[in-house]
Amino acid sequence: MINNSEIFETLNMINSEHLDVRTITMGISLLDCASEDYKKATVKVYDKITKYAENLVKTGCDIEKEFGIPIINKRISVTPISHVAASCGHYVDFARALDRAAETTGVNFIGGYSALVAKGYTASDRLFVESIPEALSETKRMCSSVNVASTKAGINMDAVRQMGQVIKRASELDDMACAKLVVFANAVEDNPFMAGAFHGTGEGECVINVGVSGPGVVKCALEKVKGEPFGVVADTIKKTAFKITRMGQMVAVEASKRLGVPFGIVDLSLAPTPAVGDSVAYILEEMGLEQCGTHGTTAALALLNDAVKKGGVMASSYVGGLSGAFIPVSEDAGMIEAARSGCLTLEKLEAMTCVCSVGLDMIAVPGDTTAETISGIIADEAAIGMVNSKTTAVRIIPAKGKTVGDTVEFGGLLGSGPVMALNNKSCADFIARGGRIPAPLQSLKN
Amino acid sequence: MKAVVAVIGQDRKGIIAKVSTLLYERNVNIIDISQTIMEDMFVMTAMVDTKECNVEFDVLRHELADLGSEIGVQITIQRKTIFESMHRI
Repeated sequence: MINNSEIFETLNMINSEHLDVRTITMGISLLDCASEDYKKATVKVYDKITKYAENLVKTGCDIEKEFGIPIINKRISVTPISHVAASCGHYVDFARALDRAAETTGVNFIGGYSALVAKGYTASDRLFVESIPEALSETKRMCSSVNVASTKAGINMDAVRQMGQVIKRASELDDMACAKLVVFANAVEDNPFMAGAFHGTGEGECVINVGVSGPGVVKCALEKVKGEPFGVVADTIKKTAFKITRMGQMVAVEASKRLGVPFGIVDLSLAPTPAVGDSVAYILEEMGLEQCGTHGTTAALALLNDAVKKGGVMASSYVGGLSGAFIPVSEDAGMIEAARSGCLTLEKLEAMTCVCSVGLDMIAVPGDTTAETISGIIADEAAIGMVNSKTTAVRIIPAKGKTVGDTVEFGGLLGSGPVMALNNKSCADFIARGGRIPAPLQSLKN
Repeated sequence: MKAVVAVIGQDRKGIIAKVSTLLYERNVNIIDISQTIMEDMFVMTAMVDTKECNVEFDVLRHELADLGSEIGVQITIQRKTIFESMHRI
């Protein structure tokens, strides 16, 4: 029999400390929808998604009610559309089909308007990437991602250059477009989190992936070990992460059983929301930092990220996705405050991305930022991912007509954030070179 | 299906009576029940079997929550698995 204090510990985590399952994401392969006729292909895409995910939202809601655990998002990821549409083009029609399918199934986002170009472009990849701004501005629920680098292939600097232009163009067409667009290095194939989710070609026909969350729970657990040495801090985080992940595992197994779809992975992530008390920055501050971004922040984050994984790994039969603490500035109350006060700068965020998941995320920059500067930011982040054999990403939002210190409102879970300052010297000649940065050595690691 | 009913709030007369009456009317069997006062709060948990419940689980959940607001306590019902998965290996 479970005892009273265990029952109320769980209830308290859910009711007061914002414990939730962040997302149940159904990955669907669309490889069999390819056709030389784009009209046929888009119909197949829509039909397949709406058939497979017909009961996804309802099942998520049922589990939520029966187990009393909030499941914030129900989402779909699909095979990168650059593969599916390679023989027929008309990419934006695929975007519209995805968006319609998302609306019909009731999911809030669908990911997979993606291209994987870490080493090089095919002819259709280049045109596909060009279509991203238009596709994003004509859809509401569709997310896009492009993988431009990997540890094995190096950095495709032509793609980095193009993505600077794509982000710039997308921000001119639609204020929200760039919040739905991620540029990756070492992208993973089973990520359940948006905006970077896609269903990799190494995945099965259909799969259920679950992303857990709970920064608030970790913060509250650490409040009880004030002043204790780091061994105690790490142990406390591990135990908490274990409990959070067990719940995610249970939800994943239950959803998989009810939907008749294999369980893929649990993504062990600490994903903040703008709600007060659901912040990764507050965890770092609880460890003894006056404000997130000051000296010691990278070390605190490294400890947190590692302990979350160590605690979570044993709690789930399959772990995957991005798995780590996220630091999306606009989605984290503590990060927003720290960025606004000037304590948290872009340079510090870049350093933080060396030790956590995933990258420069949800960062608003001045509207007059050039495409080359954006490419420079992407190149730096891709280099960190490439050299450290980890996933890194850039989701950066040039805020039209705004300058440093202004606030940008994204709404909902995407939050709001201050426009952050960038270095004002040019990297245009560096970006103009194009070509490929060679893959790094995997030995002599100093 | 086994579920846990949890009640928390200010102590007053008749809380257990009212909760168990509702469960009885809904044909829900109480397997185990415990009650204590933790930090001045009334705390009760009951392990129940909803196999023969005469309404949908979600309806029962709402009825318990409504009863809670009526008598000034918080009442939840959740499947037992969530607690087991979190606290037992």
